[in-house]
Amino acid sequence: MMAKQLSVFIENRQGRLGEVLNVLKTNGVNIISLSLADTTEYGLLRLIVSDPELGKEKLSKEGFSTMLTDILVIGIPHKSGSLQELLTILSKENINIEYMYGLSIEGENASVVLKASDLEGAKKVLASYGVKLLSAEDISVL
Amino acid sequence: MIWNETKECMSRDELTAMQSARLVKLVDYVYHNVEFYRKKMQAVGLLPGDIKDINDICKLPFTTKDDLRDNYPFGLFAVPNSQIVRVHASSGTTGKATVVGYTRYDLDVWAECVARCLTMAGVSKDDIIQVAYGYGLFTGGLGAHSGAEKIGATVVPMSTGNSKKLTTMMLDFGVTAIACTPSYLLHIAELLENEGVVDQIKLKTAICGAEPWTEKMHRDIESRLNIHAHDIYGLSEIMGPGVACDCRFHKGLHVCEDHFYPEIINSATMTPQTVGETGELVFTTLTKQGIPLIRYRTKDLTSIDYAKCECGRTSARISRFKGRVDDMLIIRGVNVFPSQVEAALTEVPEVTPHYMMIVDRVNNLDTLEIQVEVDNKYFTDEIRGLEALTKKIGHTITQALGLSAKIKIVEPQTLVRSEGKAVHVIDKRKLY
Repeated sequence: MMAKQLSVFIENRQGRLGEVLNVLKTNGVNIISLSLADTTEYGLLRLIVSDPELGKEKLSKEGFSTMLTDILVIGIPHKSGSLQELLTILSKENINIEYMYGLSIEGENASVVLKASDLEGAKKVLASYGVKLLSAEDISVL
Repeated sequence: MIWNETKECMSRDELTAMQSARLVKLVDYVYHNVEFYRKKMQAVGLLPGDIKDINDICKLPFTTKDDLRDNYPFGLFAVPNSQIVRVHASSGTTGKATVVGYTRYDLDVWAECVARCLTMAGVSKDDIIQVAYGYGLFTGGLGAHSGAEKIGATVVPMSTGNSKKLTTMMLDFGVTAIACTPSYLLHIAELLENEGVVDQIKLKTAICGAEPWTEKMHRDIESRLNIHAHDIYGLSEIMGPGVACDCRFHKGLHVCEDHFYPEIINSATMTPQTVGETGELVFTTLTKQGIPLIRYRTKDLTSIDYAKCECGRTSARISRFKGRVDDMLIIRGVNVFPSQVEAALTEVPEVTPHYMMIVDRVNNLDTLEIQVEVDNKYFTDEIRGLEALTKKIGHTITQALGLSAKIKIVEPQTLVRSEGKAVHVIDKRKLY
């Protein structure tokens, strides 16, 4: 199952991240996970939220550059080596990972957010190995 | 020392008579050789015979940079290409460059004028001079070079781009004079200071131009390097460096008036300013063959003084420049118009037409940052994509300006929108 990531472009200026979060708060959009990729000039805030469409709409209205990106949210056992095994599968099938970050580590299971060069391919490969992919609904209740 | 005492120290009456005779000849020449001028004169009902002396110059229409662009590349040349021996080019206000052509005679006049300026700055055949202006389409390098050769100095054609080699040769050769932009010379001063060799150089004079500089920079250069620094002025449309230069008394820049007739006008009313009043500098090339220009508007703001100088020269002196009539910037010696940036950005569909240019000077070298907004349609959340876009914009800008710029992507709607005349430039250098 593909899920949607909400990405926001932010300049490296004081208070800018807070303003993004404020828009989400005002509109009741809950953040489940986030990653901030930074360069010297700007940052890319990547968010997994309860309602990505609503988040995008409200942020765009406030003048932010935003986009929704398809990503995979993958459930893996919360134990040493499980992430490495997952990556071995993808590497064997020649699928490159563009970026990745952790999502939830509650209870027995953990999950990671992953953007691959060939997302459909990654999805198929992982399914064939019986790896659990989380749906948007699964995520929204995390 | 005075290079050409006959011309530089002529009495005002003699000079006026010479200017009158040359203007009459020039007007007749352009009327019969350049369609553009003929039409312009006909449009206001002027015939060559109507111009009888220099005072009649105000009857003639002005010429602007736009006229050069409209007649790109050779439309304003008064001679066939068989007589043009060289062309130079500078920035135009939009995509097309401003192109000028020189006959062999024009190059001789140019070398003569630069020779006068270098002599004013104390350079003689006994000197070793480094010419550290860019050699190429820009007039600085080759212009200064020819003048230095004419006076018989030993010329080291450094061009730009290798400061380490420049300082090494300055020490090893015992270089006594340098021609470069003032900001670059301050940069060189810093390098020499860092190496702790300022007291070992033989440098005694610098001929700085191609960009405006403040009195403070002038003092800085002189005290840090223990030399005399002179201000040389010129623009490719008129000739290149050597149109004017200041002598050791530094009371304004002596104009080579027998070749270039200066006027100061009020740009709003297009009427002459009274002597001493600040206004736009206008030049008529009295002797040029290749691309003679009648009442060319330089857009530079200055005032003029006709009093005889303590140095003995009688030529008129223009004051240190007080600004520009238009929005042209001079960055690292390169003329840049914001409209060029605007035109270049329209070639990049990923960005909106809004932009801001931030010009600054860091360690005495000019920096240019251009802020752009990415069109939402093309926004990507991959850093790789944004970096590739930044590079692409940077390349387009470099091609258009002949100058590299740092590109900064900013959030949408953050750059000032046009409300009447939008401000597209923040110049932190305070040059005027």
